[in-house]
Amino acid sequence: MIEREVTIRNRAGLHTRPAATLVKLAAKFKSDFMINKDGFEINGKSIIGVMTLAAEQGSTLLLRFNGPDEQEAAAAIQELFDKAFDEPL
Amino acid sequence: MSPDRNQEEIVFRGIAASPGIAVGPAYLFQKHVPVINEKTVDPEGLEAEILRLRSALDRSRRELSKIYDFAKQKLGEHQAKIFEAQLMILEDSVLFDSIDSRIRNERKNVEFIVHDEIEKYRKVMVAASDEYTRERALDVEDVRNRILRNLQEEKLISKLEGAPVIVSQSLAAADALILSRNTILAYVTEVGGVTSHSALLARALKIPAVVGLRHLIASVRNGDRMAVDGYSGVVVVNPTAATVDEILRKQTRYKEFEGKLAGLRDLPAETPDGRRVELTANVELSEELEFIKIQGADGIGLYRSESMLLGGEVFPSEEEQYEEYRIFADTMYPKRVVIRTFDIGGDKIMGSQTTRESNPFLGWRGIRVMLDRPELFLEQVRAILRASERKNISMMFPMISNIKELRKARQLVQDAKGQLRARGVAYDEKIRIGIMIEVPAAAVIVEDLAKEVDFVSIGTNDLIQYLLAVDRGNDVVSDLYQEFHPAVVRFLRRIIDRSKESDIPVAMCGEMAGDPLATILLLGLGLDEFSVVPAAIPEIKKIIRSVKYRDAKKIAKKALSMITEDELKKYLTGVMKEYELGVE
Repeated sequence: MIEREVTIRNRAGLHTRPAATLVKLAAKFKSDFMINKDGFEINGKSIIGVMTLAAEQGSTLLLRFNGPDEQEAAAAIQELFDKAFDEPL
Repeated sequence: MSPDRNQEEIVFRGIAASPGIAVGPAYLFQKHVPVINEKTVDPEGLEAEILRLRSALDRSRRELSKIYDFAKQKLGEHQAKIFEAQLMILEDSVLFDSIDSRIRNERKNVEFIVHDEIEKYRKVMVAASDEYTRERALDVEDVRNRILRNLQEEKLISKLEGAPVIVSQSLAAADALILSRNTILAYVTEVGGVTSHSALLARALKIPAVVGLRHLIASVRNGDRMAVDGYSGVVVVNPTAATVDEILRKQTRYKEFEGKLAGLRDLPAETPDGRRVELTANVELSEELEFIKIQGADGIGLYRSESMLLGGEVFPSEEEQYEEYRIFADTMYPKRVVIRTFDIGGDKIMGSQTTRESNPFLGWRGIRVMLDRPELFLEQVRAILRASERKNISMMFPMISNIKELRKARQLVQDAKGQLRARGVAYDEKIRIGIMIEVPAAAVIVEDLAKEVDFVSIGTNDLIQYLLAVDRGNDVVSDLYQEFHPAVVRFLRRIIDRSKESDIPVAMCGEMAGDPLATILLLGLGLDEFSVVPAAIPEIKKIIRSVKYRDAKKIAKKALSMITEDELKKYLTGVMKEYELGVE
């Protein structure tokens, strides 16, 4: 299992568009992908789950990857957060 | 129906949101709220339950795709995005895998499990601290109800019998859109304002609408006859034959009147003695532009750019804004378009990070918000500047209350110009910059402000509320909101006279500019531009073309000497009669 801590950098936060990008990317990997925000955990492959996170700019999320391709999944998803979903900061 | 209901008509007064007159049967449109019963399913029936869910999801997906396409076509890509999120939820395999396995394990009916499972998420979202997530809870609720309705194999109400008057508590954009594919006589709702999304839509679709009709639904049953006057905001339930006659006569008069006015389209808004004023339109959506051109407007006197934020979930980027502004510039060219920078409350951009304001009208809004978030302001200003390439765009700042704000905003415009120059992008170097006069303080120092702007535009709705200390949305005091309060009239004279000392044009874009009773007075006070709702343009033009400027000045002078609103209104009504103006 791999854990990664990421911060929401884009101005609008984890609203529907980045949530959709995130969920679609996660679906490409076999590994389980969970997102934990302030102790509240959801499945990162579920759009309705990600929508409940209310992750605004500046919030910190703990990502957990578990499965055969967890390395690749973690790297790809970390990159998405790092580039702030290609959205305005 | 009890006999006395047949005899007694009930009159409601609301806010006229889209002009026109209609008489027809009521159709009570209600949000579908499914009734959910928990049932146990036999093991051999479980797969059938799951199949039922699959076909309900298919139907829901087809419905939503249609709504999404229709919204894109009627409202544009940006505003249609609200329906995209709902479509994605229907595809959420984590959600539906867990629903499938709960049906199998708990042996419960699919309605119960779908409701229960989605409710878990909805509850979390409703409790969220940010407004954005709480609003998305409505999307989740909507999509859940759509699935449940399809499970119960009820049809989406999209085809209506005959041509009804839609009566509803409020009208979601999706519902208004879907219903508008039928022949709708009118929309009447209990809540909503003139700028609510359904009101905008009604105007774009040219369907009469009245909003803000409190306690209406309790008095209406399906099929009740309704008389709707979208000009005055009056709605009558079970009207008497005499009332129907009267309202239909009014409709005929309006039609004849509009027929006569249509001949004015290509004539200028000019008095018989040669005083030419500008008659322009207030606009929210680009969909309205064709109608505005047909109405013979001299341009756009107020484009409320914040309507871009309605329904859209993300603050539009510079590029998205530019594309929208460009549509306005190109469609209206060579006529002028005044783009007002975002006039929004702070909650629009900050979500839960703002503390709730106990007095938002006196709080963080308009230019105050934008100056505190200069990066957003610069983005908008760059988008406006880029759209100004053909030199028919002006820029206007809302809620200015002191010189410092104006200077700061102008400095940011300079910065934005520098950024565009560095990028090698074309724009109008001499773009005209104006301000709204809507805070009384700005009216008091307007002679100083006028030296630093190219034009001013009086926003009467807010100015009157601030000047008279009356919230017109507050039923208890709304009677005190008086357009013709002598203080208002004298204040207007001051704003117009003092601005003209600097030789700049004075416009008005508040509701008063489109009130026929005020036209001669405003003309006489020296107003240079009337920016009005598109539907009012022909009538205001007719009045301007009927009264000599010389006489209007005398009338204004007399009006200024009056000391009560009643006296003023009576006088102006008398003047209108003398000139045989108005519909009556």
